[in-house]
Amino acid sequence: MASGYDRALSVYSPDGHVFQVEYAGEAVKRGTCAVGVKGQDVVVLGCEKRSAMKLQDTRITPSKIGLIDTHVCLAFAGLNADARILVDKARLEAQSHRLNLEDPVTIEYITKYVAGVQQRYTQSGGVRPFGISTLIVGFDNGSKTPRLYQTEPSGIYSAWKANAIGRSSKTVREFLERNYKEDMDREATIRLAIKSLLEVVQTGAKNIEIAIMAQGKLVEMLPVEDIESYVKNIEQEKQEEAAKKKTGRTPGSGTAAILTRTQDESES
Amino acid sequence: MEVLLGITGKDFTLIAASKAAMRGATVLKTSDDKTRSLNKHTLMAFSGEAGDTVQFAEYIQANAQLYSMRNETDLSPSALAHFVRGELASSLRSRKPYNVNLLLGGVDPISHKPSLYWLDYLASLAPLPYAAHGYAQYYCLSILDKHHHPDITLHQGIKLLTMCTDELKRRLPIDFKGMVVKAVTKDGIRDIEFDDDKVVKAA
Repeated sequence: MASGYDRALSVYSPDGHVFQVEYAGEAVKRGTCAVGVKGQDVVVLGCEKRSAMKLQDTRITPSKIGLIDTHVCLAFAGLNADARILVDKARLEAQSHRLNLEDPVTIEYITKYVAGVQQRYTQSGGVRPFGISTLIVGFDNGSKTPRLYQTEPSGIYSAWKANAIGRSSKTVREFLERNYKEDMDREATIRLAIKSLLEVVQTGAKNIEIAIMAQGKLVEMLPVEDIESYVKNIEQEKQEEAAKKKTGRTPGSGTAAILTRTQDESES
Repeated sequence: MEVLLGITGKDFTLIAASKAAMRGATVLKTSDDKTRSLNKHTLMAFSGEAGDTVQFAEYIQANAQLYSMRNETDLSPSALAHFVRGELASSLRSRKPYNVNLLLGGVDPISHKPSLYWLDYLASLAPLPYAAHGYAQYYCLSILDKHHHPDITLHQGIKLLTMCTDELKRRLPIDFKGMVVKAVTKDGIRDIEFDDDKVVKAA
């Protein structure tokens, strides 16, 4: 099993793998899920939140969604502690860019920077790669187009319309592929983000975090009550759909009876 | 002959800076803004050597904003004033010190208390109810000594500022091309309309 090629970071295995980087990818898969969805004039980040323990102070526990600058937002999946370092570097670069160029960073620029840092940690000695993937969203200065980028531990970055990272990201991405529509409005974008997260988050609203970015506005963290009403709405719709399917199979039967039965089932 | 003035009142801090950008005896610009905002409720006005001023002010501004991004809270005006003093003190002991004089005004984000700090290139720091830099001190401090009161309203503060600028126009040998005036309140920083066209004749 231990071939020896997975010890030193900057050593290839004979078939061309850099194992430490691939292990970092595994760390990402163990992290909680994060999604990003672009609408027509908004971009939404959604996160799965670990349930807090009884004595934990959730009010001041750091979130998985962070601000890089007033117009750039970042969500990550993977090792929280690694992310803190990376986010800090990105924030410093964003301010340094403002000071030197008198312009805020573009989303592509800061993504390239974050990916660049991640790449550096795959090619130097005595370090370990960042065990995180990130979703970086925002609006370029004066532009109305929302942006969404992803970075990986290897230093790869890519642009997306909607994407998911972390645990069960494949399920969520496939859900997004089925349900994504062009030019969604704010409501539809938020709804799709929450709905896609609900594919893998069983516990509902209290384990979901949503951030919304719109052009020229500060980031907006959606209050729990609002998320709850979205979740309720989505679940109701799902139930109705399920009921419809059942009535489709047995035409002529009263819908009310079937509806009650499904509700009873869900309660027990 | 750059003019910096600052006045605190009941719930605000006023900062005013002359609009002339000069090089030697020549006025290069008559709409210069010698202020930078450090965060939502802290404003800094600067005078001194041409290149140093903006360079130093924007360096401070970048660091203040970096702090806000990293900690999701803004530094208070008092904390910023002490940070700036530290930067000036280490600059003073370097090979090429910054030649910058500053007024730093703001309103505390929590207690809503207004404050004003006077700093110079020797890294002196003094919290004051009203302050001036340069030649303006000779003409304005006496007026402010007589008429300033800690409980004045913004309207009274602007009136007091007009008295000061009138005296400066009367006594200063070089035209400073009017003032940029900004007010910091608990709601943030806002520009104040200020009449620059009034001609004041010496008695």
